[in-house]
Amino acid sequence: MGLELYLDLLSASCRAVYIFAKKNSIPFDFQFVDLLKGHHHSKEYIEINPLKKLPSLKDGRFILSESVAILFYLCRKYSTPSHWYPPDLHTRARVDEFMAWQHTAIQLPMSRILWIKMLIPRITGEEVPAEKTEQMLTEVRTNMQLFEEKFLQDKMFITGDHISLADLVALVEMMQPMGGNYNVFLNSSRLAEWRMRVELAIGSGLFWEAHDRLMKLAEWDCSTLDPMVKEKICELLQKFR
Amino acid sequence: MGLELYLDLLSQPCRAVYIFAKRNGIPFELRPVELLKGQHHSDAFAQVNPLKKVPALKDGDFTLAESVAILLYLSRKYEVPDHWYPQDLQARARVDEYLAWQHTTLRSSCTRAMWQKMMSPVFLGEQVPAETLVSTLAELDRCLQLLEDKFLKDQDFLAGPHISVADLVAITELMHPVSAGCQIFKSRPKLAAWRQRVEAEVGKDLFQEAHAVVLKAKDLPPADTSIKEKLKPSVQVLLR
Repeated sequence: MGLELYLDLLSASCRAVYIFAKKNSIPFDFQFVDLLKGHHHSKEYIEINPLKKLPSLKDGRFILSESVAILFYLCRKYSTPSHWYPPDLHTRARVDEFMAWQHTAIQLPMSRILWIKMLIPRITGEEVPAEKTEQMLTEVRTNMQLFEEKFLQDKMFITGDHISLADLVALVEMMQPMGGNYNVFLNSSRLAEWRMRVELAIGSGLFWEAHDRLMKLAEWDCSTLDPMVKEKICELLQKFR
Repeated sequence: MGLELYLDLLSQPCRAVYIFAKRNGIPFELRPVELLKGQHHSDAFAQVNPLKKVPALKDGDFTLAESVAILLYLSRKYEVPDHWYPQDLQARARVDEYLAWQHTTLRSSCTRAMWQKMMSPVFLGEQVPAETLVSTLAELDRCLQLLEDKFLKDQDFLAGPHISVADLVAITELMHPVSAGCQIFKSRPKLAAWRQRVEAEVGKDLFQEAHAVVLKAKDLPPADTSIKEKLKPSVQVLLR
């Protein structure tokens, strides 16, 4: 059994791993773990990853979670082109710096926008209080500004002239609100241009293939939602009150 | 000007960087940034780290934020012993996995537990609602269980048989709720034994030195009004 990647492309972290593997022609078996059906809580999947999160990698007996760790692992094992994770001390540090910062500054807030604007209202029938929504959007705007001013600046990509893991991870996360028709690139032409550059560097075909499930989320029939998942979501709504 | 590390040892990630640099004999100038005086919001510090957080590193013209990035930078630049960030593909992946996981889990619950249980009442003079604290401590407990079951398991250290940067990042986190009086090691002999091992590897003196500030935090005098106003916006999020 070769490399297996446990993924649901609804998740930004899964998209990063998927795009990276495909772009670098890394052969793998796509193991679909349906988040909307709660399959990440299944007994089978818990054996793969007791943290019940996606993505996971299985390479023979070696199992690895956390997309950042998986991306670094794939870079090293498959000796991908050096621009993805440049060997230069300072440049590599810039990638590490973004990869550390993004967990709380980008991934979490972007994911929350999708929950607040689309998933929670769709599933529970209730809107999240406007005050909380505003708070969330302000946080996102602040962090997008920091991203532009500190990480991107006037460069083509985060590390300079070439795409790296940092751009890939940044973009897939910033795409997450698109699932709820919320476009974070509207306010800045610099960011919109960067977004296009990253898409082209990946290849538009692969990029949109990876984002297909997310973009179709609006069409999803949530009556098929696993009751346990629905319960958790209703609990989540309580947190926003 | 050599390597400068901008630190406040009140902060967990600062302690991890401090311990790592000292333990590996990496020469640096300590640049104190007092969080409780809001110094991380100063214009001068923004030149070093526009993200306005500690730790931050300055090496000549090169500045760097994020403790994980700093630890890896120091590992590479100063060619520290391999076990800190092993070359072996799978061993390194285990360290990366922990370093990625902890941001939104253990880090978050340890910071909130310490602020809700101690800093907010003692320093800010504000009690946090009982149910908020209960919920935070329950989340901390869940994270500690995952730390034991998924990362430590039956190993001596988090990523395998040898201490790595993952252990430094984890132990400095756990000392945060400890400083607030949470007895997290009492009911968890496995974690207690791991803590002993980490302390022994780091060196007891260095470990104590790094934790002196946070362990005395409970004796801090209450903040004056101007400080409270300054800190409130950034602290609000920790009290939920």
